[in-house]
Amino acid sequence: MQSGQQDLTSKPNDNRYNNTSVSLHWLMAVVVFGLFALGFWMVDLTYYSSWYKTAPYWHKSVGIILAMLLISRLFWRFKAGKPAPIASHSATTIKMATAVHFLLYLMLLAIVLTGYLISTADGRGIDVFSWFEVPGLGELFSGQADIAGALHKWFAYGLMGLVALHALGAIKHHVIDKDATLKRMWWSKNQENSKENP
Amino acid sequence: MKKLILATVLSSLFVLPAVQAADYVIDTQGAHAFVQFKVSHLGYSWLHGRFNTFSGTFSYDDKNLAESKISIEIDTKSVDSNHAERDKHLRSPDFLNVDKHGKATFVSTKVVPKEGANFDLVGNFTLNGVTKEITIAAAKTGEGKDPWGGYRAGFEGKTNIKLSDYGIKNILGPASETVHLDLVVEGIRQ
Repeated sequence: MQSGQQDLTSKPNDNRYNNTSVSLHWLMAVVVFGLFALGFWMVDLTYYSSWYKTAPYWHKSVGIILAMLLISRLFWRFKAGKPAPIASHSATTIKMATAVHFLLYLMLLAIVLTGYLISTADGRGIDVFSWFEVPGLGELFSGQADIAGALHKWFAYGLMGLVALHALGAIKHHVIDKDATLKRMWWSKNQENSKENP
Repeated sequence: MKKLILATVLSSLFVLPAVQAADYVIDTQGAHAFVQFKVSHLGYSWLHGRFNTFSGTFSYDDKNLAESKISIEIDTKSVDSNHAERDKHLRSPDFLNVDKHGKATFVSTKVVPKEGANFDLVGNFTLNGVTKEITIAAAKTGEGKDPWGGYRAGFEGKTNIKLSDYGIKNILGPASETVHLDLVVEGIRQ
């Protein structure tokens, strides 16, 4: 890595993700898993289940909050960049990891967007925990609710596949290669001087 | 004599359309026809909805009502209960299964005249791929020239169907098993 480039791409810290990024990463991981499980479970609820209205309400509310977290994270990612790749990683490894990261972001964006399109196809807004409402734009194309609904489902399954790849990669680097891939996405008490990059 | 002939010609012109069965096209173009339904919500209230896209024709003879015929084809994808998420559910295999059965049809087989303008319209109704004979309690609302050079006739009909008769599992509770159909048809004579 050229030092000039390093300054540009790794503002938070040269070798690791800073604690804000780490917190955002794991918070979003928990929220994404929670939304997937909730969504998977709620579509089969019976009409007389006491969760029939509450579960979709929470799913949509949390989904909007996830969208906001995602947008802030993407903004931060493009503004501040990310730490330089670990030196021991091959060009292929770096390319694969970058591709998976890119697809994770893209898939998350597609899922929150299609989710929004299902619920707002008749112009209704999305009420977020009776806190604020995201306005609806109405039907932007015909069959919107059905098409967005099908895509939302398949993108969600696709995301879980990507998450599995992402996690397997991290575990492989941690357990087999014993490098800092996973450790640098964990909280550190001493961020400024951490040198976990081998 | 001349007056008499004139009167005869004029009156025959006037009567002629009503004597022969005339063919009508349902005025869906101008949306003067409605296929509406209502279903009980929890037994406490009513949910109203409609099908926005359908087409049909009928032949109607005021003097020989029993010879009248009607056929209607409904695009089940066009179900509209004024709530996109609910309509999505109504189109799904839980209810109308529109990907598999995109059309519902009614083809009359028999018209039984009743008192006054009332009659029973008997025919085959196909929904969700299942065909059953139903009877629609119908009545003529009116007919006559319209202000734009055409001739129109209007009818109303009511019937009800059971979800289970058409292979639709009722997941909404016992009060919602019966779907009330409300049909308003205005035809333009061809």
